This record gives sequence, structure tokens and C-alpha cells, in this order.
Amino acid sequence: MKHGQGGLGGASLLRQVPRVTLLLLFVPVLAGLLGTLAPAFGTGEADWWAAFDSLAAWPGLRRAIALSLASGLVATVLSLAITLLLVASLADTAMFAALRRLLSPLLAIPHAAAALGLAFLIAPSGWIVRALSPWATGWTAPPDVLILNDPWGASLTLGLITKEVPFLLLMTLASLPQTDAARRMAIATSLGYGQVAGFVLCVLPPLYRQLRLPVYAVLAYAMTAVEMAMILGPTLPPTLAVQIIHWMTDPSLAHRGTAAAAALVQLVLVVAALLGWHLAERFARAAVLRAAGSGRRWARADPPLRLFAVAVGFVVAGLLITGLIGLAVWSFAGLWQFPAALPASLNLTTWMKSGPDLARTAGVTAAIALLATGAAAGLVLACLEAEHRFGLTADQRALWLLYLPLIVPQIAFLPGLQRLTLALGAENGVPAVAAVHLVFVLPYVFLSLGPAFRAWDGHFAVAGAALGATPAKVFWRLRLPMLLGPVLTAVAVGVSVSVAQYLPSLLIGGGRVETLTTEAVALSSGGNRRIIGAYGLMQMLLPSLGFAVALAVPRLVFRHRAGMRADLRAGSSGRTAR
Amino acid sequence: MNRRRFGQLTTGVALAAVFGSKVWAEDWQATLDAAKGQTVYWHAWGGDTKINDFIAYVGAEAEARYGVKIEQVKLASTADAVARVVAEKAAGQTAGGAVDLIWINGENFAAMKQAGLLFGPFAEALPNWRLVDKAGKPAVISDFTIATEGFESPWAMAQLVFEYDQATVPVPPVTLAGLQAWIIANPGRFTYPQPPDYLGVTFLKQVLYGVMQEPEALQQPLDEATYEAAVAPLWAFLDAVHPSLWRAGQAFPANEPALGQLLADAEIGISLSFNPGRASAEIAAGNLQATVRSFVLEGGTIGNASFVAIPFNAAHRAGAMVVADLLLDPAIQARAQDPAVLGFLTVLDQAALDPVAKARFDGLDLGVATLAPAALGRSLLEPHASWTARIAADWVGRYGVAQ
Repeated sequence: MKHGQGGLGGASLLRQVPRVTLLLLFVPVLAGLLGTLAPAFGTGEADWWAAFDSLAAWPGLRRAIALSLASGLVATVLSLAITLLLVASLADTAMFAALRRLLSPLLAIPHAAAALGLAFLIAPSGWIVRALSPWATGWTAPPDVLILNDPWGASLTLGLITKEVPFLLLMTLASLPQTDAARRMAIATSLGYGQVAGFVLCVLPPLYRQLRLPVYAVLAYAMTAVEMAMILGPTLPPTLAVQIIHWMTDPSLAHRGTAAAAALVQLVLVVAALLGWHLAERFARAAVLRAAGSGRRWARADPPLRLFAVAVGFVVAGLLITGLIGLAVWSFAGLWQFPAALPASLNLTTWMKSGPDLARTAGVTAAIALLATGAAAGLVLACLEAEHRFGLTADQRALWLLYLPLIVPQIAFLPGLQRLTLALGAENGVPAVAAVHLVFVLPYVFLSLGPAFRAWDGHFAVAGAALGATPAKVFWRLRLPMLLGPVLTAVAVGVSVSVAQYLPSLLIGGGRVETLTTEAVALSSGGNRRIIGAYGLMQMLLPSLGFAVALAVPRLVFRHRAGMRADLRAGSSGRTAR
Repeated sequence: MNRRRFGQLTTGVALAAVFGSKVWAEDWQATLDAAKGQTVYWHAWGGDTKINDFIAYVGAEAEARYGVKIEQVKLASTADAVARVVAEKAAGQTAGGAVDLIWINGENFAAMKQAGLLFGPFAEALPNWRLVDKAGKPAVISDFTIATEGFESPWAMAQLVFEYDQATVPVPPVTLAGLQAWIIANPGRFTYPQPPDYLGVTFLKQVLYGVMQEPEALQQPLDEATYEAAVAPLWAFLDAVHPSLWRAGQAFPANEPALGQLLADAEIGISLSFNPGRASAEIAAGNLQATVRSFVLEGGTIGNASFVAIPFNAAHRAGAMVVADLLLDPAIQARAQDPAVLGFLTVLDQAALDPVAKARFDGLDLGVATLAPAALGRSLLEPHASWTARIAADWVGRYGVAQ
């Protein structure tokens, strides 16, 4: 492609890249779904309905379904509400800038690490109770109260919210510039509307159109999360997704059909929830219209809402950050008995003992992340360049396909994909895991890089072409170098997505590929907080390293280019200002 | 049938297995030669760093002595490895499988043996097999009443012990009735890992031994006609203590380490372990209060052996057999029994050891919380696997959905 001038062949190849990329996303998901569902309908002599009968016979089924629905819906509604409230009531304030700086990096933290941190914090023997004991509570032993793993899924829902708010916040901030928010708000304010009311009535309608797919992804994820539910979720019974994993790995081998039947139920549940959500969107729309028609201004609602938003924002960020600090402290702790708020001593024993293992596992994790992200970045750049050169436009259908791997529950298609990769004789090592990671990494890399790539000032290309540069040369010498910051940011996003993957690494790797995330989740069942802390911390450090590189390298490269540095400042999250 | 499948599958060195142990004894050198340079993927539960460290040590020894590397595949549950082999078989992968060696026993072994997923018999052909205490520790050849028939090789003995903190429990209850009374008198201070977890089910079986009219029936496959009546006293016992359990029975720790952590956090006063040396080892490591001690119930507690088995399609079969043999080496066994390392009971017959090897065991300081071998009392044989599976499933039916 570097000398793409040379051939029509190269150009037509480039033209096909978007189609091939979408196939890369679509085919594994579809094939995996079919592979998963095959055992549900019996293979060979097995009874078609036996699998569903055994599923129906499980006493926890109703509760597990209810838990999956409730924790997913509640987490999604609250995450969305918190995000919108933050943006609506605080946008353009110093407080918002502070919150954004606090929350944005949290997006990079794997769900498992966030859950482990939260567990350390809210457990009856956790940091919050320790900090208050015994002086305020009188407790000298951890209280016998059920907080973690509560049967109602409350701690699981809390954990999901702390992770989904940063995600939705960043998606909102990325979509906001396309909604003409500033002018709409100016008009609403001049008509006397309160800030929150003005936002809901004028900005939310166009904004939500952009946010719809991310919200669906959050809903599907929250309903089917495995690693967070394993750490924070109920156990009597667990959520449906966790129970599917238990069945798939049951030693009696008789539950594979049950697992497949349950995966089908899980898929139907997610589809039903998405349809229900879609329906609710109409009601919400009607409600917003009614509110607009009422003519009320709600100006006095702003101060309390603002206060509430600040409180909630800092609680969400605070929970996550304090939990992660807790991980770090435990990994250095010597004897740390209840109710001491801090360890009696700090040492390096945990890190020294698990150092070699940690280093090796981190190496494998990084290799997978770089392979998957490298491929994803290449494909995404080729897609975007093809889009630009051939005037292609990504329609709504393409966007849906892009979101497909994020919306179809992993638990529904990965087991089938595992069977297929085995049947194809694929060596289930690092390359196979990286290939499946690609399916999840690519959409995020695209979402991260797309806006910046499209926003690049076309005048540079015109100037380059006028000086005789080929399209390929314009891409390699002008566009790519100028987009160094956004590209590196997209890569860092990709790395963080890859590092966080649990099920793909576990199932496709066949247990032989150990990543920081599979190790952290495996260890979390053992309760050794020091080693869990060390793995959780590493899990968090690796993506942070990616973002640090994405921030530092452009500043280094562009140290003699004042204009580029200004661009960096204007769009530090990867969006070049226009 | 196993034999035929096996004949079809085996190649090279392993072919010798068909011809019986005599050829094996001569061909052990051939096995060692074939093993040299192999990397054995040992799938073992990875939730305990001390066990992981021990496996790493065995790996270093194997490499130094035989040029065999060990790569521990750390599992959240042994069933993950079983599922892997099942998936490989379903996919028609009859050689070059990902799993070379599995730490296994009980229902996983029963399931794999029955499904023809194991390579063997190989255990009797290992040079160190002659040191194993078959007579004194019948559990090394009878895994949950299933005859091992050489399809797995033992490497450690375990026996259920109770752990308690002297500081909060001055006099531990040494009868089942006493334990029940203690649990009810101390609400929230006792729990057991959530069945179907291994240790949790063992606790159920221990209770069953104590409350059943005819515990001998446990050595036979369960009889549907009498099952309900036979286990009724077990549910009566559990019903009585359930509301007095930790978290009022609304949640259970996931497994043995999670339970141990509750004892270390002083959330519970009495805990259980399948490793009589666990408490001492944890105290030595600074993870557990120095006031913790252990006790067993009058009438004995359940004991069993841990084994390693080789899947039918293992890619590095020779290496796996070398590791299985190395695990029976007296020096390795003595190291495993050292409370500072693992504190696992040896499977070897002390009388069969040479003086140097025996001295290694005699020199061990078992630790402050470990019962002397004589004080461990009678070791009860594991019930037939059908009981294990059934009471685990019934437990989930009764208590698996919190009220």
C-alpha cells in the first residue's frame, strides 16, 4: 500500500477492506452462536428437549434470570442517568473538568480489577468498615452482614455502575460536538430554562441518537457480565451467565447441553431487554415532548441537581479509585488484621514471590494486546482511508455490525467459537486468543479513531496533491503523522480492551494462555488478598502504560511543532478540534 | 474397550504399556529418553500460591534431573481441564492434546475414567510405585471407591480436620452433636464452602457418616429405594444449623482458601481443611493467628488421596509419567510434607524407605497446630461417587436459592 500508486490491484484491495473488516466481526459472532446453540438442540441421539428440561429443573433458574435482568437494567438506567446528569448540570464547569480527569482514566481499568478493588472496599472486613472500627462502630471483629455477594445483586450493580459511568461519559463527550449543544443550550437558557431542563429538552434528543448503540452495549454487557458477577455477584444462585460457566466446566460432563440451553435463554433475555429498552425509548420520548409542551422552565431544580451530580460523580470515582488504592496497599501489606485501618507493616514479599509469574503473565497479556490491537489499528486505518478515498459512507447497518460483538453476549457465542476453533484444529495458543480479542478490540479502536480521522483537515491533502503527492503518500506522510496522537490513543484503548478480556482468553486459550485477567479472576476465588492485589494492580498498570505512551510520544515527537502541540491540547482525548 | 481405544491411540514409547509392566521396567529408560526436552502442561488448581510454588519447585527438579519442563496451567477448577479434554475429544483431537497431566481425584477421575478420557494403566509401572503405602493407605488405590487400576498415580494424602482459634473457642467440640450445639450457640461463626465445592461436599459427607444409621452403605452405589430415608438425618442436621451459619446461610465461601481467609479475618471461629498441616503452614507464613489449632471428630474423619492422571490424548505422555514418578520420590514427598512448604501427608510407606529417605521425614517439624499422626485418628474412606454427586445436587436444590 505504501506504493499504492502502482496498481489498481492495491486500490481495489483497499476498497474491499471495510467489507472484509465487517465480515471479521460478523462471522465469528454468528458462527459462535450457531456452535453454542447446536448442543442445546441435541446432537446425535440426545433428546432435543432434555437440555431444556434439565435447565428448567434447576431450582435457581427463575432467580438467576431475574438477577440478570434486574442487575443489567438497573445498572444501565442508573449509569445513563448519572452520566447525563453529570453532563447536563456540570458541563463547562471547573468541577466537571476535575471529574472528567478523574473518571476518564478509569475507563482503562479492567472490570475484574475494578470489581476486586470494590470488593476490598465494601466487604464487612473491607476498608470502609476498618476505617470506622472500632471507634465508631464498636466492632472488633468484622460484622456478620451480607454486603458482598448479596443475593439481590446490589454490590454487583454498584460495581457495574462504577465501570459503565466512565464509559458512557466518554461516549457522551465524543458525541456532544455533533449535537450543536452549545447553541441549543444558549437558546434554551435565553428562554429561561434551567440548565438540566434545557439539556434534556434540547440536547438529549440528538445526543441520544448517537448514544443509543453504546447504551445497548452497556445493557447487554451488564446483563451478562461474568468476571464482575463472579467477584461481586450473588452465589445462591449466581447470575445466569456465571451459572452457564459453572455448567460448562462441570466435571460430570452432563451439563454441556444445559449450558447451551441456558446460553440460548440468556440470548433471548438480552434481545428481549433490548426490545423492551427500545420500547421504553418511545415512552421517554413522549415524556420529553410532554415536558416541553408544558412550558415549565425547572430553573430552580438546577442547584440541588448540581449538588447531587457532584456528590454522585465523586462517589463513583471515589469508590473505584479508593478500591484500586486498596489493591495496591494489600499487595505490599504484611500482617493486616481487622480492624486496623492500615497494615502493621509493608513489605515486598508478595511482589518478590510472585514477581516471575507476574512478569511472565504480563508479557503474555501484552503480547496478545499488541497483536490484536496492531491488527485492529491496521484494519481500522485501512477502512477509514478507503472510506475517504472512495467516498464510502458508513451507514447505520455498518455501525450495527461494528457494535455486534459488543451487544451479542460473549457467553452466548464464545463457547461455540471454542468448539469451532478446536474442530478446525487451531492451536489454541496466543495467536488464537489474539485473533478472538481482535473481534472485541476492533470496534473500540474504530470508535476511538474514527472521529479524529474524519475530522482531519482535508486542505492538507489538497495542498499535498497540488504538490504532486499520490493519495498513498498523502496518507503516509501527512495524515498518519499528523494523527499520531489519536492513533496512539486508539491503540491504548485497544490495549486496555484486550487486557480486560476474560472469557475469550479463558475459553479460546483453553486454560493454557494465562493473562493477568484470567489469573486475577482465578485467584479471586482463593481469597488471598495480597496476591489478588498484586494481580489487580498489574492488570490496571498495563493499560495505563499504554495511555501514558499515547500521551507522551506525540509530545516528544512534536516538541518542535507548536501547531501540533496546540492540537494535542485541544483534543487530548483524540479528537482534533476543528 | 479402554484397552482397544488405547491400542489405537498409542504410539512410540507408550506402545510399551500394552505389553505390561515387565517391559515397562526395562523401558523406563526409554521413557526418560523420550521425556527429555518435553514440556509437561500440568493442569492444577491454581488458587493457592504455596501449591503453585511447590509445583514450580518440582518443575525445577524435573528439569535438573530429567530435562523435563513443567508448565503449570492454573485452573480455577479442575473441571476446567476435564472440560478441555472433553472438548478435544468431541472435536476428534486424539493426539497432541493441550493437557498432559491433571491434578485430579474423586468425581473428576470417575467421570474421565468412565468416559475413556484417561491414558493408562501407567501408575504401577512407575519405578517409585513400590514405595507407595497401598496397605496402610487404601485410599491410594481406591479413589472414592473407584479402583484406580493404574489410571492415576497418588502424590499426597489428605484428611479432613477442623481448625479453631483457641482465643475465641477455648474447648473445641469433638463430636458431631457437640459441633451442632456450638454452631447454634455461636450464630454467624461457622460455615462451609458452597457445594458442589469439594471441601463443602466433604463436610456434608462427614456429617452423613456421623448421622447415618448404616454408614457402611456409603461404600456401595446409592440405592434409590433407601436414599431419601438414609440422608434424611443429614438434612435435619443442616436445617438445624442453617440459620446460625455465617451470613445466616445467605452466602457461602467459594472454597477452602476463602474459608481459611474467614478464619484469618476472625469472621468465623471454627473452620475446616483437607490438609492437616494447613493451619501450621499458614501460621508460619504469618497469614493466620498463632492461636489457631486443629482437631478431629471422635470416630474419625474422611481421608483421601490426591492423584495425577494423564489424558488419553496428552501431547507429552512420557514427560507426564516422569513427573508422576518424580512426585513419588522420597525427597519430593518429604518436602511436600514439610509444613513450611505444603504440609501434605505423604503417600509413601515409611517402612519401605531407606534410612536416608526415612530420616528426611523423621526430621520434619510438623508445626504447632498440626495433630501428630496418632492424634489424627481413624481415616474414613470416601463414599461412593454416586453419593457425592447426589448430595451435592440435593444441597443445591435445598439451599442453592437463598430465602
